[in-house]
Amino acid sequence: MFDNLSSKLEKAFKTLKGQGKITEINVAETVKEIRKALIDADVNYKIAKQVTDTIKDNAIGANVLTTVSPGKLMVKIVNDELVALFGGKTEEISTEGNPTIILMAGLQGSGKTTHTAKLANFIKRKGKSVMMAACDVYRPAAIEQLKVLGAQIDVPVYFEEGNLNPVSIAANAVKHAKENNARVIIIDTAGRLAIDEQMMNEIGDIKKTIKPHEILFVVDAMTGQDAVNTAKAFNDVLDFTGVILTKLDGDTRGGAALSIKTVVEKPIKFVGMGEKMEALDVFHPDRMAQRILGMGDIVTLVERAQDVFDKEESDRIQKKLLKDQFTFQDFLSQIQQIKKMGNLKDLMGMIPGVGKAIKDLDVSDDAFKHIEAIIYSMTPKERETPDIINGSRRKRIASGCGRDIQEVNQLLKQFDEMRKMMKTMNKFQGAGRSMKGLPFMR
Amino acid sequence: MGIFSFFSKEKKEKLDQGLEKTKTSLFEKISKALVGKSSVDDDFLDKLEEILVTSDVGIETTLKIIDRLQKRVAKDKYTGTSELQNLLRQEIALLLDENKSEIPVDFSDLQGKKPYVIMVVGVNGVGKTTTIGKLANQFKKAGKKVVLGAGDTFRAAAVQQLKIWGERNEVHVVEHGMNTDPASVAFDAVKYAVDNGADVCIIDTAGRLHNKINLMTELSKIKRVMSKVLDGTPHEILLVLDASTGQNAFEQAKQFTAATEVNALALTKLDGTAKGGVVIGVADQFKIPVKYIGVGEGIDDLQLFNKHEFVDSLFKS
Ligand SMILES: Nc1nc2c(ncn2[C@@H]2O[C@H](COP(=O)(O)OP(=O)(O)OP(=O)(O)O)[C@@H](O)[C@H]2O)c(=O)[nH]1
Ligand SMILES: Nc1nc2c(ncn2[C@@H]2O[C@H](COP(=O)(O)OP(=O)(O)OP(=O)(O)O)[C@@H](O)[C@H]2O)c(=O)[nH]1
Ligand SMILES: [Mg+2]
Ligand SMILES: [Mg+2]
Repeated sequence: MFDNLSSKLEKAFKTLKGQGKITEINVAETVKEIRKALIDADVNYKIAKQVTDTIKDNAIGANVLTTVSPGKLMVKIVNDELVALFGGKTEEISTEGNPTIILMAGLQGSGKTTHTAKLANFIKRKGKSVMMAACDVYRPAAIEQLKVLGAQIDVPVYFEEGNLNPVSIAANAVKHAKENNARVIIIDTAGRLAIDEQMMNEIGDIKKTIKPHEILFVVDAMTGQDAVNTAKAFNDVLDFTGVILTKLDGDTRGGAALSIKTVVEKPIKFVGMGEKMEALDVFHPDRMAQRILGMGDIVTLVERAQDVFDKEESDRIQKKLLKDQFTFQDFLSQIQQIKKMGNLKDLMGMIPGVGKAIKDLDVSDDAFKHIEAIIYSMTPKERETPDIINGSRRKRIASGCGRDIQEVNQLLKQFDEMRKMMKTMNKFQGAGRSMKGLPFMR
Repeated sequence: MGIFSFFSKEKKEKLDQGLEKTKTSLFEKISKALVGKSSVDDDFLDKLEEILVTSDVGIETTLKIIDRLQKRVAKDKYTGTSELQNLLRQEIALLLDENKSEIPVDFSDLQGKKPYVIMVVGVNGVGKTTTIGKLANQFKKAGKKVVLGAGDTFRAAAVQQLKIWGERNEVHVVEHGMNTDPASVAFDAVKYAVDNGADVCIIDTAGRLHNKINLMTELSKIKRVMSKVLDGTPHEILLVLDASTGQNAFEQAKQFTAATEVNALALTKLDGTAKGGVVIGVADQFKIPVKYIGVGEGIDDLQLFNKHEFVDSLFKS
């Protein structure tokens, strides 16, 4: 589904050609495709709807850059919206209190125990004294698991063999941490279902008793549509302060992150990137957005296109185009700009009609090499006035660059067609509209 | 065509309202939507799409179900709501009805295989070890002698966790301790089962994400060594899926099947609010039957999969 989202967007936007702006009509199909993509990435059905509605409103009226296709521009708009939804800055964990009390909560198997230890390790490395408390009295070997991890990272673990009351263990652990001058204490708890009233009351009681400064909801990045229900239910009981998104070292798109963020409006503070104790990372909204959308390449491409194209150079070429004076010299300069942008196949994909043709082709990055060689083999005069290139000049050019004469002929023919196409496009667009970039890449 | 027509007809509901769990089943909603109508209309399909997608059925499978339903209705002409409900039930159940493998479907009949060897695989934290504990209980209840193999030698206290399940069930656990070669644990467990006349041998493995090539290769190796003890083993390669997992379950099924020829699925944590709808597409695409479901953390919280109950559960909230 994702592989061809980009081409679907192209199709959806084909009516847009010659129109300068994204409008209500031409955006509808695209929004549909994007919504499907989000749902496929496990973004909650209703949230996907909500998000794309906002995106639609924002996109309507946006100027279509000529350097990138509207479909790709749309992807960029969606991406920016997702980044904004995640919140721009990374959020630190609380350092309040002495000790700072951190409570971990979440569904079964989400990664609480592992992340209790990873977080302890993270804090320890910052030079703070930290302790962990084993308050899962239900799962077989849960206490042992935390003890093993504690030994690995050399962080003490508070536990009470035989005490079956997690609330009292948590309270005692905090007391113990105070007495031993720990700066931070992290409380591991048992996994629980949001609809398990008794267990939810239990964690509510733990919260009331120890008054944590930080409550982290630990959630598996592979979670599907149910993420909203669980996050909401845990938040209703705990009013948690942040989220840890685990197992992001897998290949899930992680749409649950967006659902959770939207429904509870709490920051994602960490992501888990593996089973090892070091595999903890701060959250990067931009990476997450690209991951969910599954179109990071396109986003970077649009950004690069927006950066790299030299405005002045484009304006100069633009004027020449309008006057129908586009030359091989200009073509060469465009090729050079394109090469600055990196991966050629991606870039060629932006040229209408080309994308499909080269889909399965192995395009090497020096695909332009021959074209450049041929142009270099032309005299400056030939480059400026291609019409003078007759048969004998063609032969000379071919032998000068060591290419076949057919290849030279082909390039000249294509160049001619390109000029014609630009002319019609210009007429269509009207001379008043400024084309900011490379017209032939539309 | 009502295919995802909900995309265009958006009724702006407040998000919170939308997420509110309703007590009415889909069929009640459908009945209301259908009163006085003579064909499957867009409103109905929109509602159906919503229910299926929010149950993690996924877009592709949802479209497939809708397509099949529309074809059936066009052909058979439904006369009322209850008939439509039945058609829908049948069509979804059909996708789940691909139990073509020769693995036994109850705990007492092991089709002459002795020991019947099960290897349990899956990503991290889905419930593999717990499912083994519950399976041991079921097989014991059916009068079988059970042996477990502690093949997760990696995750902290994994061996101890399985040993506790062994004690609960009073069955022997073959283990080499932590940080040992899992393949040799598997080898020894099957050998122990053969030598001691066990009826069932279940091997635990460490959770692993399917995109980690080395770990998947290790899994293939664990599987391979068992056949060196006893030809044709493991008989059952059980992929455990967590009901709360979304569309990533497809990739899990694909990669674990590639590494170990998975031939049965277990769907855990169905006691929660997650519907586990993704198994419909997984079972359909990979032709692997769902065999067990997990409905809690207790030793008795395992059931054989019943597709009709499962389909009905999608439409209840
Ligand atoms: N690959 C990967 N595995 C992880 C990550 N975090 C945790 N795990 C694994 O996920 C499994 C479950 O982790 P636990 O920490 O035991 O989860 P839990 O939430 O404490 O589980 P319960 O206490 O049973 O509710 C273990 O196999 C962990 O090693 C992660 O970020 N990446
Ligand atoms: N509610 C509920 N919890 C379950 C179910 N099955 C397993 N669990 C819980 O899920 C958590 C993880 O279970 P494990 O059996 O340790 O999972 P695993 O796949 O062996 O985990 P790793 O070996 O770490 O990859 C534990 O807290 C189990 O009690 C189920 O059907 N329902
Ligand atoms: Mg735990
Ligand atoms: Mg396990």
